[in-house]
Amino acid sequence: MHSFACAGCHGTNGGSAGLLMPSLAGQSKVAIVGAMKKFQSGERASTIMGRLAKGYTDADFEAMGEFFSKQKLHATNQKLDKALVKKGAALQEANCSRCHLDDGKDGKDDTPLIANQWLPYLQVQMDMYLSGTRKMSEQKAEKIKPLSKTDLDALLHFYASVK
Amino acid sequence: MTLDRRNFIKLLGGASGLALTGQAVAQAKSAAVSAGSAAEIMPKGSARRVVVIGGGYGGTIAAKYVRMLDKSIEVVLIERNKEFVSCPFSNFYIAGLMPDMQALTIKYDKLASNHGIKMLHAEVTAIDPAAKMVATSQGRLAYDRLIVSPGIDFMTDGIEGYDAQTPEIFPHAWKAGPQSALLRKQLQAMKDGGTVAISMPLMPFRCPPGPYERACLIASYLKKHKPKSKLILLDANPDVVSKKPLFVKAWKDYYKDNFQYISGQATKVDNKTRTLVIDNFDDYKVEVINLIPPQRAGNIAVASDLTDDKKRWCPVDAVSLESTRHKDIHVLGDATLLPSDGPAMPKSGYSANSQAKFCAINVVALMNGKPTAALSAINACYSGVSETESVSVSHVFKLVGGKIKVTATAVSPVDFSLGKIEKAYGESWLKNVLTEMST
Repeated sequence: MHSFACAGCHGTNGGSAGLLMPSLAGQSKVAIVGAMKKFQSGERASTIMGRLAKGYTDADFEAMGEFFSKQKLHATNQKLDKALVKKGAALQEANCSRCHLDDGKDGKDDTPLIANQWLPYLQVQMDMYLSGTRKMSEQKAEKIKPLSKTDLDALLHFYASVK
Repeated sequence: MTLDRRNFIKLLGGASGLALTGQAVAQAKSAAVSAGSAAEIMPKGSARRVVVIGGGYGGTIAAKYVRMLDKSIEVVLIERNKEFVSCPFSNFYIAGLMPDMQALTIKYDKLASNHGIKMLHAEVTAIDPAAKMVATSQGRLAYDRLIVSPGIDFMTDGIEGYDAQTPEIFPHAWKAGPQSALLRKQLQAMKDGGTVAISMPLMPFRCPPGPYERACLIASYLKKHKPKSKLILLDANPDVVSKKPLFVKAWKDYYKDNFQYISGQATKVDNKTRTLVIDNFDDYKVEVINLIPPQRAGNIAVASDLTDDKKRWCPVDAVSLESTRHKDIHVLGDATLLPSDGPAMPKSGYSANSQAKFCAINVVALMNGKPTAALSAINACYSGVSETESVSVSHVFKLVGGKIKVTATAVSPVDFSLGKIEKAYGESWLKNVLTEMST
């Protein structure tokens, strides 16, 4: 029941209404545990999340992952540029689908589910990857480098649109 | 001095002494109303019932989570107003950084219909712990367990000259709504060159960083719109009590030409000459006075004997938030006094939200004869330091040996390197927390 406290920022049962906060509802347990450990160690940059993560144990993270992974995926209702969604849909297969499985509704290993997240949240994360604030895996960097800023934004539009 | 004191007492006895003695008012009202509407309303059927008093940051969440955890328990949420205006972020409105209070305001209809909560818009006038009844302006109703989330009221006895009119002249704006609108209007109407004073009370009070954030945002407003004007923050505490390095940096870097911090306590106010006296010594004659008086638990908690011997805050068990004074009554939010090992939980919206959840979990456990659970809580709080930057403080609390203990706490980097993104995160926080309260 640690997870109830998360809702002040991430929404009831992890369904976020705030554009910069990711929904945790339906997120995979392994992704949540992995992210919390990285926040705790500082490996993943953050503002408040890393500071809060220091107050919890690995067992707490497991409990949080268990709770949120069982919640129903939160449907966001956001206006998206249709042309960009279409462009992103054409790009995702070749560039992202090896890790972001099933149109982002599933993830390989600890790859998080990104389908239907708020676009502004995805954009901030991408900016952090590009500026080096958030570290990328080698495979991710290899895929992202050749893509233009518009291509990347199109991909984010696509994943935000997946219901 | 003697004469003033006599006038002060005269006012107390008069019909206009309303704001002075909340407790007396609540008791008087209680006597009047219980005589007038003693009829029982919403008679209890076979279902067990939780009654929640107060539809703010704590009460809405307690009502919702009891229903989420056990649909067989009936929940009645009693709130006098049809809308709730958030104190968090109201400083942005006061400083002209929000067009209106829409982003701060929630209604109760969706919360009620989504979760099957029965709303009762009424004024609670008394609690009878022995009969397990709550008296309201609409009539009396029975409960099995009562959750009281009354927020704060003011203790103005220590400020000579403070009367019912004072907040209309020197707004506290420490309960969001008309008071916030009044302070904003006064700031906007003030001529360029005028001086503004914020007077803040000794700890503990609602929202420890709030007065300092207000100082930053009003100073920012003055700098831009009234460049000849000045702001003074009169702090009853000997030093800054929250996020000190961050606020001090903002004052030094952004507001050194129009802002002054002074440690001192408001002891006297004169509505007519618009004068504030600090420590019985210094007179401040200023155009706009934002006078935030010392605080205690909301009137109903004091009138219902839920407060401690000092009649200030409500002592509770740290696990279930059950009152140590009356059985089957739980108190949460700003009004509580939780046993703590180290620093107390700040009186914040997020603290109330967190407390409401572990209160709901344990209320449901107790009603179902299950063991209570020691839970964790979060506080996260954003403060604006300029038009474009915010800073934050965060805490994780766990229950250790029946006491609340901080397991992690930190503030933003002092160089404001995260200021812009934290401003945006703060806005997302507001959206999420108000959505959680209203849906």
